Amino acid sequence: MVSERDVLHIAELADIGIDKEELAEFTGRFNEILDYFDILDQVGAGETREADLVNVFREDVVDPSLTKDEVLANTPDPEDGFFRAPRVM
Amino acid sequence: MATISFSPKDQYNAFITTLNEAESGPGALSGIPVAVKDNISTRGIPTTCGSRILEGYVPPYDAHVVTLLKKAGAAIVGKSNMDEFGMGTTTENSAFGPTKNPADPSRVPGGSSGGSAAAVASGMVRMALGTDTGGSIRCPAAFCGIVGHKPTYGRVSRYGLIAYANSLEQIGPMARSVSDISLLMEVLTKYDPRDSTAVDCHYSHTPDPEIRGLKIGVPEEFFGEGVDPRVASAVWDGITLLERKGAEIVTCRMPSMAYALAAYYVTCTSEASSNLARFDGVRYGPPADTKLPWHEAFQQRRQSGFGTEVKRRIMLGTFALSSGYYGKYYAKAQAARQQVRNDFLHLFRTVDVIAGPTMPTVAFRLGEKTDPLSMYLSDILTVPANLAGIPSISVPCGKSEGLPVGLQIMGPHFRDERVIDVAYAFEQGVSR
Repeated sequence: MVSERDVLHIAELADIGIDKEELAEFTGRFNEILDYFDILDQVGAGETREADLVNVFREDVVDPSLTKDEVLANTPDPEDGFFRAPRVM
Repeated sequence: MATISFSPKDQYNAFITTLNEAESGPGALSGIPVAVKDNISTRGIPTTCGSRILEGYVPPYDAHVVTLLKKAGAAIVGKSNMDEFGMGTTTENSAFGPTKNPADPSRVPGGSSGGSAAAVASGMVRMALGTDTGGSIRCPAAFCGIVGHKPTYGRVSRYGLIAYANSLEQIGPMARSVSDISLLMEVLTKYDPRDSTAVDCHYSHTPDPEIRGLKIGVPEEFFGEGVDPRVASAVWDGITLLERKGAEIVTCRMPSMAYALAAYYVTCTSEASSNLARFDGVRYGPPADTKLPWHEAFQQRRQSGFGTEVKRRIMLGTFALSSGYYGKYYAKAQAARQQVRNDFLHLFRTVDVIAGPTMPTVAFRLGEKTDPLSMYLSDILTVPANLAGIPSISVPCGKSEGLPVGLQIMGPHFRDERVIDVAYAFEQGVSR
């Protein structure tokens, strides 16, 4: 069982704001779904597939890419060719 | 270059964006109007994923599949409606309103590629692209009475597909006939090094309806609890038709089905929690308030930009991956996923394809499914193919309560040709 406090904590980790009014509903649904996930407790540790997987590499060559203007076209308020982000400190 | 004009009365709300005039060139798809699901990037055409958080976003580049469609001469006439980020089974989770099912407008078209299915089923377009993470092509194909194919994982490049759950999802074709599915597969499977999971395995095939001697496995679990007996009966009739055409029916078991749905939802929500972290209002979409501190600005932007189901899945994934719970959820889900794959590999040693219903029921009424868990449970028959990465097609198979039913045919990895052949044999058998 997760509590409303747990759900608030998860929302904070996920950077999603949650209204107080939605919290009870979210918590209830969350617990229903997690109860269903408990069926996975019956699964043994088992093998996983990593053994036969291979990495796909390519040569590190320069290809044409988007222009700076194209990259910034979807941000409303760029500054000196940079994205503007909220303050960190 | 010819210009195709397209100004449909979109009575089913199949589209988020339509183009009144679309360019069409020479090629295999010359002059054919095609709808593209709105989570596939189209240069210069808004691409929203059915979400407010991407409202106004105009991609600066084309997805690989869009480049391929254009090269083949197709006219891209619009971007089709979908559950937000592909998270849903009804297309009711779109920020742009639900799509309605052309077979019965009081019903959902299925999801998440419901807009693509409705556009094809209503005749607005001949073909469409959908994406399938846990059934999102096959479910709406079944509910709307059209054909939809989820290719083998890796066969179609995902470059330019806005990611939800990378290890599960594939772009694939939707159409009214198996021949059109085959035609689109030929166009879509050209190799692309920009998707590192893409495999160079071009589909170049003409459907062949000869299935004499083919062994079709029918797992008991595909007719188990929760499957409407009327749907099961329509699908058995379809399987019997294949038997009359010379196929051999072999009943079998798939024990890992008990864990498949939970494994699927843990995996897709975990991947979603990481993928959707990029939507913070800095680079695209409605902007975050840059006057606020970092976390507060993001929390506010994401609270108003994402719908309830998207928030729920991001949070479920965040929880499943969090310290202390990773072993209980994510690690176990990966072990279960391996069991699903092993079950399929085991069955394919003795059968050529596996058949069953696509969906356990016919299309729900609009607004009928309100609790998320019961919605998730309706994906039980489609998620196994995504967990294993195998090809799977849904082909119309009669009706139940006057509504379309889908027959699902799954095959071994990279044997898309085989499942398309069986679907073609079935379609030819029905139309005779």
